[in-house]
Amino acid sequence: MSLLELRKLNKHFGGLHVTNSVDLTLQTGEIHCLIGPNGAGKSTLFRLILGEHHPGSGDILFAGENITALKSFARIHRGLSVKFQVPGVFKGLSVRQNLEIALQSRQRGAELNAEIARLLAFLGLESEQAQIAGNLSHGQKQWLEIGMAVSLKPRLLLLDEPTAGMSPEETHMTGEMVQRLNADGMTVLAIEHDMAFVRQVAHRVTVLHLGQVFAQGSIDEIVADERVAAIYLGQAHA
Amino acid sequence: MNGFLSLFRRLEGPQTVGRGPAFWGLFALVLAVALAYPLFSDGYTVGNTVYFFVWVFIALSLCLIWGYGGSLSFGQTAFFGIAGYGYGILTINFGSAYGFTLVALVAAVAIAALFAVLLGYFMFFGRIAGVFLGIVTLAVTLMLERFMAQTAGPEWHIGAARLNGFNGMSAMPPLTIPWPGEPIVLFADVGLYYLVLGLLVFVYLALRILMNSSFGNIIVAIRENPERAEMLGYDIRKYQLITFVIGAALAGLSGVLYTVWGQYITPSSMGMTAAALPLIWVAVGGRSDLTSTVIGTLVVLAAFQALTIYGSQYALVFMGVLLVLTVLIAPNGLVLGVMNWLGRLASRLTQRAG
Ligand SMILES: Nc1ncnc2c1ncn2[C@@H]1O[C@H](COP(=O)(O)OP(=O)(O)OP(=O)(O)O)[C@@H](O)[C@H]1O
Ligand SMILES: [Mg+2]
Repeated sequence: MSLLELRKLNKHFGGLHVTNSVDLTLQTGEIHCLIGPNGAGKSTLFRLILGEHHPGSGDILFAGENITALKSFARIHRGLSVKFQVPGVFKGLSVRQNLEIALQSRQRGAELNAEIARLLAFLGLESEQAQIAGNLSHGQKQWLEIGMAVSLKPRLLLLDEPTAGMSPEETHMTGEMVQRLNADGMTVLAIEHDMAFVRQVAHRVTVLHLGQVFAQGSIDEIVADERVAAIYLGQAHA
Repeated sequence: MNGFLSLFRRLEGPQTVGRGPAFWGLFALVLAVALAYPLFSDGYTVGNTVYFFVWVFIALSLCLIWGYGGSLSFGQTAFFGIAGYGYGILTINFGSAYGFTLVALVAAVAIAALFAVLLGYFMFFGRIAGVFLGIVTLAVTLMLERFMAQTAGPEWHIGAARLNGFNGMSAMPPLTIPWPGEPIVLFADVGLYYLVLGLLVFVYLALRILMNSSFGNIIVAIRENPERAEMLGYDIRKYQLITFVIGAALAGLSGVLYTVWGQYITPSSMGMTAAALPLIWVAVGGRSDLTSTVIGTLVVLAAFQALTIYGSQYALVFMGVLLVLTVLIAPNGLVLGVMNWLGRLASRLTQRAG
């Protein structure tokens, strides 16, 4: 069964055709990785899915419902959630308050505190809970934001470069985190440049190039594809 | 009952400085002094203190919208003026019998709030933010000032109330509480003092509770990162609008109290200078905290008045210098800086003692 379906999605920024007739279908329960060179239009695709940008044409279906005209917050209520490319934590607030803001609309009182404690443990941020989020390391900010996104218990989790700025060990841990969430039933769409991460988690991979779906398949098929290697020419890849 | 108790727990929280017995003890002490003070003072000085208190409401409105909400509004004096004129027009037409002045107070604040609903809807649902919000609100304020200033002719009247152009409206009745026998008229001394003090304490505590609630959490989240807040499922425009309207009502309350205090209101109360001064009080005090806003406003107002004796132009220059100093030395506010320093000192002392 498909959870997300993009149909002939188009987006222009002035003369720039950033999203070019994109068709993409996500199956419920899969971990899908979106890769592609810088400027390929990956983050823009996320913003279209989230309703921050509106497509010039095309449709976005989520769980069978056409959500193309819905406001962003309403899409979140339908079961979407995101971690942005640039960590979007509330910098001036404590780690704990960041999580509280994410959780407070579904839980209160003792239940809320228990859920915050559970998330802090899941993220390995227990000893940082009183710290101001702006003082965290880049990796910790990434985790905190993943935690906030996950706390909504979304059906589809969008991760834009979740491991940027992380060491190989941290990247691996993040991969395990994503796999655990997926095992609990969360569908994941992740933009990632780190091919080790993609290899670790992806069930399927889509390559975006110049705003178009360039290739799609398993990680092995993608890595073996010479056309894909060609567009990455000059860029490091696995 | 449980809900009631949890309200009181919200008097302290992440959005407000000050907690524990030390803080509330100090609060009680200050309140006791404030309550006793008219007994040891003269009517003129008490009236002057009322004048200071009146401005605290507009400062708190700015603290809410700007300090907590992150939207710089120049429009607070517009709501101040609308409510002030509203009170004048209503009471000049309908008089002060049967407690009508109290109805007029509430109605005038409601008119300002309603105006904020319209303006705020247009701004927030039109996704006007940042500098543009400041520009739009300033433009509205100055337009209102210009408009009121040209209403000198006799054709500009609402019922019996002449608008009087640049000279403004005057001689509206003071607040009058109906009482068996003789109604109690709250002239700008002891009577009005206790009413305004009561309102001030109520508003201060209510805002503390509001800001430390889940609503307050969302407001500061929007200030920190509106995109993230929306992507947690919050309709941020709705929260911005509600904050803006509460702020407008507080500014309106300031306007009504100012009008009953001096029994006049003029267009210049919405002018450029009037719009800039609250920004300075709040910035100097510390816009992101209610307590520092209250203290900062009272201190700066008192200093301003003391300097005005030497000439109001010097006092205005001093205000400008103060603002620049704040931005350079303590961008989060001078009073808030001192408060945080005292807080750290206190916790270090208790640590050493313990
Ligand atoms: N709001 C915008 N206005 C104009 N151009 C934009 C805007 N957002 C993105 N672009 C342009 O669209 C193209 C795609 O950007 P996008 O951020 O989607 O790329 P990306 O694939 O996420 O790249 P990266 O891997 O560097 O994050 C880029 O050329 C970018 O400059
Ligand atoms: Mg990107």
